[in-house]
Amino acid sequence: MGAVVRPKPKSIRLRGRSYVAFVFFPVVPIIDWLDEIDVTLNQSPGFFAGKPMVLDLSAVDLSQNAIGQLVASLEQRGLRILGIEGVGAERLSANLPPLLTGGRNAVVSNSEPKKPPPKKAASLLIDTQVRSGQSVVFPEGDITIVGSVSSGAEIVAGGSIHVYGTLRGRAMAGINGNLTARIYCQKVEAELLAIDGYYRTAEQIDATSYAGPIQVWLQGEVVEISPLS
Amino acid sequence: MAKVLVVTSGKGGVGKTTSTAALGAALAQMGEKVVVVDFDVGLRNLDLVLGAERRVVFDFINVVQGIANLSQALIRDKRLENLWLLPASQTRDKDALTDEGVGKIIAELRTKFDWIICDSPAGIERGAMLAMRFADEAVVVTNPEVSSVRDSDRIIGMLDSRTVKAEQGEQVQKHLLITRYDTGRAARGEMLSIGDVTDILATPMLGIIPESQDVLRASNVGMPVTLNDATSAPARAYTDAARRLMGATIPVLVPAARKGLMNRLLGRRAA
Ligand SMILES: Nc1ncnc2c1ncn2[C@@H]1O[C@H](COP(=O)(O)OP(=O)(O)OP(=O)(O)O)[C@@H](O)[C@H]1O
Ligand SMILES: [Mg+2]
Repeated sequence: MGAVVRPKPKSIRLRGRSYVAFVFFPVVPIIDWLDEIDVTLNQSPGFFAGKPMVLDLSAVDLSQNAIGQLVASLEQRGLRILGIEGVGAERLSANLPPLLTGGRNAVVSNSEPKKPPPKKAASLLIDTQVRSGQSVVFPEGDITIVGSVSSGAEIVAGGSIHVYGTLRGRAMAGINGNLTARIYCQKVEAELLAIDGYYRTAEQIDATSYAGPIQVWLQGEVVEISPLS
Repeated sequence: MAKVLVVTSGKGGVGKTTSTAALGAALAQMGEKVVVVDFDVGLRNLDLVLGAERRVVFDFINVVQGIANLSQALIRDKRLENLWLLPASQTRDKDALTDEGVGKIIAELRTKFDWIICDSPAGIERGAMLAMRFADEAVVVTNPEVSSVRDSDRIIGMLDSRTVKAEQGEQVQKHLLITRYDTGRAARGEMLSIGDVTDILATPMLGIIPESQDVLRASNVGMPVTLNDATSAPARAYTDAARRLMGATIPVLVPAARKGLMNRLLGRRAA
């Protein structure tokens, strides 16, 4: 029998993308809270239109049944819930929106956009350590972190990522197709290193062989790591 | 000025309640007026560690609900006249605690005490968030092992984002307290080293409390360890930690293995 020639499997590429969503934060009594929503909708019917919405249930303790009813009441008002936050997974039945975690606060202005937003700086500076469970997402450009990135934390950048500390969590650079993005850190103990969707996991990063600063870049389809010295 | 101090950890069973009682008693012995507040609704045990379980009539939730006023619910310690307890409810009615209700009580306690020490429940859910909500300072209790350190790291992130202080653009002052530090296991490399823990958490150290039978002995007789046997190793470590909270600069020493008979026996067996 002849040898079978198989096409080399293509490596899977991951793409991250972030959106700003409105977060509803119901409080008891729910009836009063829904009345407030109605008031807002009466005053400006288009206020929530077409915007993704998340329901944060951390301030209330609702049964699975009650959560279903709340989601239904919101849908009756034309409000589609994309995900639910702040509740145990066991409270969500399969037909409810999925559980979300790790959201970050963003400032959303109440007024309708009037003029085009001013051009944003293409770099984001984080002056503290990024802790487990936190994520920093900046699709517009580079992220610089003055401090370490903990195990369980996540950095997602459209451009390069600079960590002035130990990188223990996950770093994804060049998420919008930037093949030349790089990741730099003082010390690597990372859980995941990715550039434009090509990645290496902790098992594929021999942290012990890099004592000092390193850089990570993309060579063809291979994520390369080399010491910076 | 009164200080609200939350004792928190993320992971359960690491020594929050023990530390709340020990630090509270140590501060009270130094002449500070202290109230320890139990936020562990449904699982209260701060009253047990303080030996006050039979004196609980009204609790935190009763005060929030307006059933009792604060002075009816506060229990004064029998041994330390400066130490008070605000017990948690044994019932499971967690929803009774609201942000506003807790805020009002904390504000009232601020007018009466120098220290308001909040014993947080484990986890990162509502109860733990409420316990840290109004804090000025935090003691992050960590055992030298990977899961505890990671949970503490998450809690530190929340102290930096979910507290009133953080929302006002200020910082909750954080202190790292390493507890249940087992010198024998440390010597055998079975625990994270103190260096590893401080490296990951990057938070100023308040103290290192050794693993010790004295802690269990004290809680069995309803005494904070700092009161039961003030000369024991954990009591001295907690007293130094309390002094550091008061602003004293005392170097933190890593507990060294005692070269006792047991150690020599164990050492020989291992050889
Ligand atoms: N330094 C120590 N040496 C020995 N045992 C200890 C020490 N510190 C705490 N313990 C024991 O560990 C157990 C858990 O302690 P404690 O109740 O203080 O933890 P906790 O963090 O409050 O727990 P929970 O998350 O359930 O509220 C108790 O049995 C206590 O006696
Ligand atoms: Mg406890």
